[in-house]
Amino acid sequence: MNITEKDVDYIAELARLELTPAEKKLYAGQLAGIFGWMEELNKADTSSIAPTTNVLGLENVMRADIPVTFEDREAILKNAPDREYDFIKVKKVIE
Amino acid sequence: MIEFEPVIGLEIHTQLKTGTKMFCPCKTSASEAPANTSICPVCTGQPGTLPVPNMKAVRLGVAAGLALGCEIREVSIFARKNYFYPDLPKAYQISQFDKPLCEAGSVELDIKDAKGGTYTKTVRVHRAHLEEDAGKSLHALGSTQLDHTLVDFNRCGVPLLEIVSEPDMNSADEAYAYLIELKKLMQWIGVSNCDMEKGELRCDVNISLRPKGETRLGRKVEIKNLNSFKAVKDAIAHEIVRQTAALNLGETIAQDTRLWNEKEQKTVSMRSKELAHDYRYFPEPDLAPLRITAAFKEALKQEIGELPKARKNRFKTEYGLSSYDAGVVTAGKGLSAYFSACMAEVLTLKLNVPAKSVLNLVSSEFLARLNGLKKDSVTLDPGDKDLISPANLVIIAALTAAGKLSASAAKTVFAKAWETGRDAQALVNELGLSQVSDTGLIREWALEAIAANPKAAEDFRNGNEKALGPIVGVIMKKSKGTANPAAANSVIRELLK
Repeated sequence: MNITEKDVDYIAELARLELTPAEKKLYAGQLAGIFGWMEELNKADTSSIAPTTNVLGLENVMRADIPVTFEDREAILKNAPDREYDFIKVKKVIE
Repeated sequence: MIEFEPVIGLEIHTQLKTGTKMFCPCKTSASEAPANTSICPVCTGQPGTLPVPNMKAVRLGVAAGLALGCEIREVSIFARKNYFYPDLPKAYQISQFDKPLCEAGSVELDIKDAKGGTYTKTVRVHRAHLEEDAGKSLHALGSTQLDHTLVDFNRCGVPLLEIVSEPDMNSADEAYAYLIELKKLMQWIGVSNCDMEKGELRCDVNISLRPKGETRLGRKVEIKNLNSFKAVKDAIAHEIVRQTAALNLGETIAQDTRLWNEKEQKTVSMRSKELAHDYRYFPEPDLAPLRITAAFKEALKQEIGELPKARKNRFKTEYGLSSYDAGVVTAGKGLSAYFSACMAEVLTLKLNVPAKSVLNLVSSEFLARLNGLKKDSVTLDPGDKDLISPANLVIIAALTAAGKLSASAAKTVFAKAWETGRDAQALVNELGLSQVSDTGLIREWALEAIAANPKAAEDFRNGNEKALGPIVGVIMKKSKGTANPAAANSVIRELLK
């Protein structure tokens, strides 16, 4: 499968990655290899196998609706790049 | 000019009535709490954390699906919807994509047409799925615009049910009716409070126009920022006018997202240079599939009990109510329970009173006072001591229906009974409000009334039927509302012959 540098640009933008021209070239090649292998896998006959979304074989892993307060919210706020009062402060975003 | 037909679909998000978030045990009731006080490593997307679904949210989602007549998928899975925004700490929202919990339902609406009649409209529900809410971004503090954005994650991770309709609505009224019906259903089964002002119900509109008779869909516009039921209706009405005008000028409609500007009553393009949405959905590897068994669905159906439409039909056949009247008393679960309790008292007390008389009292005097108590037709409890008891209400209705209490006296007794909670019959006796049909007494009042209104008497003699009104009015006043209006009428006619 052919992956162009334009494809890499698009994926990089979605993932908020800034790549150098050399990196773009490198990744285009590597991605092409990965997709090529996917194409190879697609040739396998899976008609008798149920689709798998989870390999653990678990179902209905749930919890009861009982509140628990997390005590160390300060630790979470400290992890944020910046804060103002109780808020997390970020660059201005307006939709 | 070409005649265009609007095609409308709604995407509705309802906040599920749980105590904790969708995937972590943080409290959901923190909307008014100080910022970032109901947060934990899971809902703020700290590395190494794992989501665990809230059983109640899943249960409410299935209940909603059943009420919407949906097929509940036996095995449904969660998916990641990837995008970057500061209110989304994980940089993906856990939602459902190709295997949603509920699919293919429908809602039936009774809609008033322009000529005052009603017609039935069926709106199909495409799907309903579970997901988590994002956080809240603040761009201004009060009236001060900020040069940065502040984020509060209290709402981040709160469980939502997204309900997507098919594009089956063709007017602002139909969309409005669908929204109201959905709210009624969700409240009825206790899935969501659906308070739009609190953001517990959010609605995005998809709308396109096409020449009447055309089956292909036109270019669609999405409207966001609709914060009230009225805004939804107004925005659609505005958008129909805007698109019709543009199409008639030969313009094409740009496929974009528009925001409703409440102040200026118009939609405005968001003009965002956002990338074309490419959410790269994939199955959420951290969550096991949900399996909803037939037994679980059956038990839930039993628990939900009778839905509004079934109850309305039952009231029609059981009590002989019109479709409209049955709709009035089934507007909320609490109100319909109250009405049922009233009709049960009619049987217990062996009263001879038509259901319609009970309904009239419930839909007028009773409902008028309910708001004053800050109670509503959804949550009211028939046993609530602050309300007039069903027995007392039907006694008043029965006395009125039997002609022992005039309409105005009934209002007085109702008001007293509501205030004091005392027995209606005792109040009637004590206040001397028993309707007077004794013609001797009415004759005395009538003579006084005629003497006080010589002009009206003269007019009536000259054939003006309406002149009777003021004279009867005086009799009612003199009798404190106890005179039987029919008797008063015939006495006056006799006297003025």
